[in-house]
Amino acid sequence: MKSFEFADPRTETEALELMGDNPEQTAIFAGGTDLIALMQADVIRPDRVVDIRNIESMQQVYEADGGVMVGALVTLDDVLENPLLADYASLVQAADAVHAIQIQSSGTIAGDLCHLPNCWYYRSGYGLLAQENGKSLPELGDGRYHAVFGNSGPAKYVTATRFAPAMIAWGAQVRIIGPGPEDEEVLPLEHFYKTPRTERQGTTVLKPGQLVSHVWLPRIAGAVSGNYDVLQTAGLDWPLASAAATLELSGGRVSDACIVLGFVAPTPWVSQEAASALLGQPVTEETAQLAGEAAVSRATPLKDNGYKVQLAKTAVKRAILRSAGLLEGGL
Amino acid sequence: MRDREHSSGRGSGLSRRAFLQGSGAAVAATAVATQATEAVAEAKKPSRLKSSKAQKVVLTVNGKEHTLMLEPRVTLLDALRNDLNLTGAKDVGVSSNDGADTVIIDGKAVAAGTRLAFAEQGKNITTVEGLSEGKNVDEVITAFVKHDATQCGYCTPGFVVAVRAFLNKNPGANLEQIRKGLGGNICRCGTYAGVTAAALELCQKGGA
Repeated sequence: MKSFEFADPRTETEALELMGDNPEQTAIFAGGTDLIALMQADVIRPDRVVDIRNIESMQQVYEADGGVMVGALVTLDDVLENPLLADYASLVQAADAVHAIQIQSSGTIAGDLCHLPNCWYYRSGYGLLAQENGKSLPELGDGRYHAVFGNSGPAKYVTATRFAPAMIAWGAQVRIIGPGPEDEEVLPLEHFYKTPRTERQGTTVLKPGQLVSHVWLPRIAGAVSGNYDVLQTAGLDWPLASAAATLELSGGRVSDACIVLGFVAPTPWVSQEAASALLGQPVTEETAQLAGEAAVSRATPLKDNGYKVQLAKTAVKRAILRSAGLLEGGL
Repeated sequence: MRDREHSSGRGSGLSRRAFLQGSGAAVAATAVATQATEAVAEAKKPSRLKSSKAQKVVLTVNGKEHTLMLEPRVTLLDALRNDLNLTGAKDVGVSSNDGADTVIIDGKAVAAGTRLAFAEQGKNITTVEGLSEGKNVDEVITAFVKHDATQCGYCTPGFVVAVRAFLNKNPGANLEQIRKGLGGNICRCGTYAGVTAAALELCQKGGA
């Protein structure tokens, strides 16, 4: 690991100032569950590491105008235990699917939302686009864990966030601060993610010197939600595919739905097709199955990852059934 | 490629104003706090930034304070193993997702390889060495021996610490909860049956 300066600000303003000296070469430390590994592998080589864990304004969960504000530093343990988040079943289920107390105690919400791809080419230093001599390595080599949606451009990796699908399905908004001490923007979490076409574009809209400070979740009266991670092993593992659903029901039928897939595209993947298939229907095994089929109707798998289409379909079906409390077994 | 031509089904019914109100209030509160503490913050600012050179670090490990000279890049795991000669926590590799480096920091199980020693000053760090003193050993260790929960032994210290942290928090856990909680500890020999049996027995006794 390359040597670096270290800073531990106490306020958001202090953090932005400490990041502002050389924003391109500054890394943010929160839970540490991934940053240290990336630095040890020389994938990230910062000149300065800013530890934001002591910023109190970003540690809290509190009621805020018809919803709940979640600080960037809120941990997976907090998600599992905080009563204000108990109604967001899909979030709690996503945290519960991380099978390791070490990650649950350290991992933060914003760290998850900003998590860099697990693509093995990226982790081996081939960059986000994983190209060599202009050729896509996931296409030519081993792309078994890569994207089955949104992969027609150069980026083939899948987003590594486990919470964004559930949060987007709830209509979450994200607050970004910086690079200037007064700079602040708020945008739907869905629009936080982007698919890079060049190496420099990055996986999110975050620019050097900016950081995620809070996520806001609306309360939707009567809405139910569920999250389903397809895990290969019983232990700590990244999902092969995941799906989150937030449904509003009236008279036993779905009156509004948002279904978002994870680990299938370079960004969390909002499925209009699945939502449309479910609207006006009661939630049953059959309608959930049809929504799953609709969700993958336009999938474009690579040569090695066709199996992920089936997993994504099943994840959507089970997330919907789980939302309605109808999922039996199979977990 | 599908970029952002579709927007999510949600959002239309949700008021952006609500967020702005909320975050506005939070910002206002921050601003007041910032003004009040500005003078203090200014005075303290230089100490917030540490150079990349080796400098004094005080770590509280197993109840004892240790003063070390470390660069900010030194992980807690390396500080424990290389500088404090506490080699119970094991260094398995870059990914740090194996659990062999588990320690307890302020009551929580943490992979020591995912932390910087610099950032863990002022916290109570417990390593596997802190779980025994002479013949007075933690019940988790006794249970591991009883259930033959070790083979090559490399993962064992991390497993013992993880079980201790898990039991402190979940004294009445069932087998499924134990397996889930300990999913971040990998054993290549496959001692899981012994480990879970040890943990389960302690849970059935009410956490030990």
